[in-house]
Amino acid sequence: MTESTVFNQAEQGSSLWLDAWLRLRRNKLAVFGGVVLLLLICIALLTPWIAPYSYEAQDLDLGASGPTSAHWLGTDVFGRDLLTQIMYGGRVSLAVGFVATAVALLIGVTWGAVAGYVGGRVDAVMMRLVDILYALPFMIFIVLLMVVFGRNVLLLFLAIGAVEWLTMARIMRSQVQSLRQQEFVEAAVSLGLSPWTIIWRHIVPNALGPIIVYTTLTIPSVMLLEAFLSFLGLGIQPPQTSWGLLISYGAETMEEYPWLLIFPGLTLTLTLFSLNFLGDGLRDALDVRGSKD
Amino acid sequence: MALLHVENLGVSFVTRNGVTKAVDDVSFSVERRQITAIIGESGSGKSVSCYATLGLVPTPPGRIDSGHAWFDGRDLLALSESELRQIRGRDIAMIFQDPMTCLNPYMTIGKQLIEPLVLHKNMDRAKARIQAVALLEEVGIRDPNTTFDAYPHEFSGGMRQRVMIAMALINEPRLLIADEPTTALDVTIQAQILHLISDLQKSRDIGVLFISHDLAVVADIADHIIVMEQGKVVEQGPPQDIFHAAQHPYTQKLLSAIPTGQKPPATTEQSALIQVNNLRTWFYPENSAEPVKAVDNVSLEIRRGEILGLVGESGSGKSTLGRSILRLAPITAGRIALDGTDITALEGQGLKQFRRRMQMIFQDPYASLNPRMTVYDTLAEPLLLHNVVSRRELDGAIKQLMDDVGLAQSYVRKYPHEFSGGQRQRIAIGRALATKPEFVVADEPVSALDVTIQAQILSLLADLGREYGLTMLFVSHDLAVIRQIADRIVVMYRGELVESGTVNDVFEHPQAAYTQQLLASIPGATVSHSI
Repeated sequence: MTESTVFNQAEQGSSLWLDAWLRLRRNKLAVFGGVVLLLLICIALLTPWIAPYSYEAQDLDLGASGPTSAHWLGTDVFGRDLLTQIMYGGRVSLAVGFVATAVALLIGVTWGAVAGYVGGRVDAVMMRLVDILYALPFMIFIVLLMVVFGRNVLLLFLAIGAVEWLTMARIMRSQVQSLRQQEFVEAAVSLGLSPWTIIWRHIVPNALGPIIVYTTLTIPSVMLLEAFLSFLGLGIQPPQTSWGLLISYGAETMEEYPWLLIFPGLTLTLTLFSLNFLGDGLRDALDVRGSKD
Repeated sequence: MALLHVENLGVSFVTRNGVTKAVDDVSFSVERRQITAIIGESGSGKSVSCYATLGLVPTPPGRIDSGHAWFDGRDLLALSESELRQIRGRDIAMIFQDPMTCLNPYMTIGKQLIEPLVLHKNMDRAKARIQAVALLEEVGIRDPNTTFDAYPHEFSGGMRQRVMIAMALINEPRLLIADEPTTALDVTIQAQILHLISDLQKSRDIGVLFISHDLAVVADIADHIIVMEQGKVVEQGPPQDIFHAAQHPYTQKLLSAIPTGQKPPATTEQSALIQVNNLRTWFYPENSAEPVKAVDNVSLEIRRGEILGLVGESGSGKSTLGRSILRLAPITAGRIALDGTDITALEGQGLKQFRRRMQMIFQDPYASLNPRMTVYDTLAEPLLLHNVVSRRELDGAIKQLMDDVGLAQSYVRKYPHEFSGGQRQRIAIGRALATKPEFVVADEPVSALDVTIQAQILSLLADLGREYGLTMLFVSHDLAVIRQIADRIVVMYRGELVESGTVNDVFEHPQAAYTQQLLASIPGATVSHSI
């Protein structure tokens, strides 16, 4: 809306979003999670400039070595610096996590909102489609995609996103169904707003709470999924790497070179914990019951 | 000696915004064989002061600051939780506003009734059943032997409240606390429940503490009235003193807020703005072959500039009728015309043109505003959608609207949750009037509000109606409100119109049996003539 000159003495109201943000800030664990995530994302973005070594640089004479002053987290059997690999792997893992979740978010929210708002037969057809996709074995779906289109990071994003949106659509639909009964939506109808405007201006903003929380829970599950696929050899392939791939190699050589498993494992765990803390904090902060006091 | 004597009670709530005093140095007594009523608006501390004496205020956030509550020679506030539990339910019983939330939906009411007898008094089940059935009969449940095995959802709201009363009485308490027991009920049912409580009080010789926001409701039954405002007792005395010789300005304000009087009849006959012919709105539930005939064969006319009152109890289809006329509910058959144009089948752009000319004001101002939009955005939406004003004129138009509905302009950037109920209803009225509609449906616009606020909103609606030249369909279950604001009245019962006429005709010479019953149920009959 336009900034006003008439209302220059207006008191600034506190929106529900602002209230939620203030509550979130008081939650120490959630703040910790958020800071760690921001840090990880910054590192991932800056990796090409700040990584101590090139990701292809091998030192075959050195071979696998534990943490030293030259290689803080040690090296793998080819003498590649583990810290560098974790940093580069983080780029892929975080990208998969965020991009695939964004894809899921976009499809799921739109799909669920339309199904929930329109209702009736449209809803039935749309949600049966979701049920069918649910029933489809996910692994076969991914393998098929990989076989038909070849291995490709972008495709991986899409494939994971295409699976994760299903739950998102269901959550969104149930949210919309209960919001649709609210009088302010009926008021919007009686004003003469188009269904599309009602969905985006009146329904989606009010349904976002649970969606945001679920999103923070989806990102870790997507990252685990990528790790799982890479572990099976269906995901990222060397020389590109990801946390999942590093963990999978580390697991193979766990007995001789435990650090190859421990450090990537710790990084992934730290990320997942941070996301979960943030998700929990968001859930509490966005809880409407809490905002009425 | 009084049955319950509360002395200098003080209760505070500790929240992160500081300490709020909910009850401040309150003293009152409930005598044996009397009905004592506590009256106050929401936030007056009327419920808190009763709950606190029973140890039912959660601590924290609650905190008992001071006081005693003498019952039976013992100070309830000094008792331990387990001692209090002994007294609650046995010596002091409670009934609440919404019986459904207090009954276990998975247990028959019979089982729930005899539970205390079997558990606490070690009575055997057969004997307990006999006693429970007798009690059900006493509270006016027909065929108690069969209903004993029914589940709560099989009862209507009024019957459920009777069951709750039976449950409260099963242990033969000496004090019954009734917290707004009739607020959720229709007016005819309300009258029955009030009678029942009054009868039981006499036949069982118990003391009753009756909490209510509605002076008229307690007028007929109370022996002693306590008026509370902002945590303090401002006035108390027998009903005749309260109603005829109120000392405190707040009591006087409450009394003057009771809707009374009526509009002078319109002088000139106007043409019809809204015509409804044989309207049917039927719903087809999935699990039943029978349609629900929410609105069945209704025909009516609303003349230009008049306020038509639509009365009926919950489930009568009055809200559905209002929504159908505005094309918000699916119409099964019939015809609706606005200003001579048939709008029954309009869709899309055509319908949008008419939406500008007809608007709705909803019952619950807490639900009818988008919680994530500021007042500014809420009011700007209709103005921009229908190109009522250009963007350059928008600020001025919003300013004008806020002036019209009596909201300070400095509130324009605030969100709905920062306002009181009455202020929210003002925002909602502003939104409805933004497009300068000719016709407005007001669906119970004041029934969620405190009585003094209700009076303000009613006079605002009447003023704006004149100023904007509005034609209004005013839907309400409250006859006194309708009488005050409407020019003509239609009465709806089970989806059909049973009566229509001028306010005078309907109130003085009701034709339909249902209307007569409705009029006889208006609470406060004993005092309303003298105000």
